Amino acid sequence: MQKYVLIRALYSVITLWLLVTIVFTMVRLSGDPVEMKGEIGSDPAYTQQLRHDWGLDQPYYVQYASFLANLVRGDFGHSFEKSLPVTTIYFQRLPNSLKLGFAAFVISIVIGVPLGMLSALKVNTWWDSLGKLVALLGLSVPGFFVGLVLIIIFGVNLGWFPVLGKGQSAFVAGEPSTWVTFWFRDWGHLAMPAFALGWYFSGAMLRISRSGMLDVLGTDYVKLVRLKGVPEAIVIAKHALKNSLIPILTIAGLNLVVMLNVAIVIEVIFNWPGVGLLLYDGLTNRDFPMVQGVVLMSGVIIVLLNFTIDVLYACVDPRVRLSR
Amino acid sequence: MAITFDDVRSVTTNAERARRLFGYMRQLPMIPLFVLSLLGFVAIFADVIAPHSELDPVKPTSAQCQALYGAPDCPYLEDVPPFWSEGGSLTTPLGTDFLGRDVLSRLMYGARISLIVALMGTVVAGTIGTLLGVIAGYMGRWWDQVIMRVTDAWLTLPSLVFAILLLSVRGPGMWNVVLVLALVFWSRYSRAVRGEVLALRERDFVKLAEINGISKTRIIFRHLIPNVMNTVMVLFSLQVGVAVIIEASLSFLGVGVPPPEPSWGLMLAQERDAMMEGKWWLAVFPGICISLLVLSANMLGDWLRVRLDPQLRNR
Repeated sequence: MQKYVLIRALYSVITLWLLVTIVFTMVRLSGDPVEMKGEIGSDPAYTQQLRHDWGLDQPYYVQYASFLANLVRGDFGHSFEKSLPVTTIYFQRLPNSLKLGFAAFVISIVIGVPLGMLSALKVNTWWDSLGKLVALLGLSVPGFFVGLVLIIIFGVNLGWFPVLGKGQSAFVAGEPSTWVTFWFRDWGHLAMPAFALGWYFSGAMLRISRSGMLDVLGTDYVKLVRLKGVPEAIVIAKHALKNSLIPILTIAGLNLVVMLNVAIVIEVIFNWPGVGLLLYDGLTNRDFPMVQGVVLMSGVIIVLLNFTIDVLYACVDPRVRLSR
Repeated sequence: MAITFDDVRSVTTNAERARRLFGYMRQLPMIPLFVLSLLGFVAIFADVIAPHSELDPVKPTSAQCQALYGAPDCPYLEDVPPFWSEGGSLTTPLGTDFLGRDVLSRLMYGARISLIVALMGTVVAGTIGTLLGVIAGYMGRWWDQVIMRVTDAWLTLPSLVFAILLLSVRGPGMWNVVLVLALVFWSRYSRAVRGEVLALRERDFVKLAEINGISKTRIIFRHLIPNVMNTVMVLFSLQVGVAVIIEASLSFLGVGVPPPEPSWGLMLAQERDAMMEGKWWLAVFPGICISLLVLSANMLGDWLRVRLDPQLRNR
């Protein structure tokens, strides 16, 4: 077990190093970060100064070394606009993103898993067709369009939900009393963005839970339990359901990666002050260090998340840790 | 009497041939094929069939100007509703946008942008990814190690976030979006293709080719790549939908296709304020177009996957 964790940790470090190297090279291959700040007709002396400040006038290997050294120290750059470290702003915004992500996650499970199970149990009936339709729509109708339609119907025409922002409740790191109220207040603000974000994932969840359930129903132990004459309800609830949950939970973890993608546009539409909106603000303010910092932070968080999932797996399933 | 070729051919009657053709056609996914060919047709012939220019406002008649502004002449009419609601007219069937441009014409030209960006981006990504995947799988050893480590690291980067970063340095533009889509998405192909090649290279025909002293390049291009095309085609058709959504998202966020080009994502973004005032049609039509395109691409992809991947036939 220790050896497994060690090897996984080593892989994660290599992946992290490759990841920042990819970002470093691709940014320099794609263009000039200063171009983003320097608008047409801006003072050449100013861009030169900027180039110097960001260390872009040095040779590539020096830039790369200092880039790596800064990252190792936990310095992801300074926001040009807010003159604060990117990490500080990022962690201020992260609770909001987590709140939205968690709500979307719950919605996707509530819609996707029961429907997926039903269509697996009743293959080729109209339940199955309904499930296929929902999955197809979930994967095809983009979240931002769903968000806009929700705004038109429930925000503008019916006026049921507030259209913008996340409400008054805030997560303050120093005050424990806000930690609970933050999660349980302002549901009205949360409802529409969470549904728009959860929409996509309910399609994915549905497909996974359907195929997971079908796999389990075809295994020998389910056949054996059925042969023994156990009632179908117990076969499903006690034997099939538990085992079909494993792939569902894996995908749910991996969904967080995709969620980062979809969440940007949803956060922009609903003006939800999460990490995605931070990235968007960085773009509109032409704040390159901010954009790069947020991208790097997301990469790091995903690698750490993958590492945690791998280790948790090894704890749960002995086959995983023995296979390496 | 000897049986000639003509006699054998005459056994299958025209009716039978028609029935066979019909039977084959019935297996095709008709709805997505219809939508995709319609969108493709519109995209190719947008110049000919679009009723108005996609960049210039529609010139209003003096009667319309008189009714709205009380003057006989005005530059354009903005936010005209579609023809079935009050105030709409059949000259601009889906209304006009905030600069008085015809929404229908812009949607038609938008189909061209969406299809070019999504198809080109996916083709380039597929080419890079397939080549690297075949090399990694066939050459093995450190080729495999290096390419797969990089692929894995690449896969951990969230695609839209990475694309935003690259476009923020590269600058907006249609061909830049194509380039960035290729840079972001190649890793999906190399992972899938490598797995396929690992199994293929143990097969007899590859072994025999090696024994015959055929060069590695030739084996890769003549024996391996044709055999992984099924997998690549399935991935390709499923990725096109993703690419359309990513292009729309990028344009929506203002780093994709720049204004005044009529990208569907950009049209959605530009009409957000008008939408809040209750002018729903401005945002809904481009949204429906994006959804239809992605929906048909995904349906076709699913159909291909079932047809081309025997492991999935019973799912």
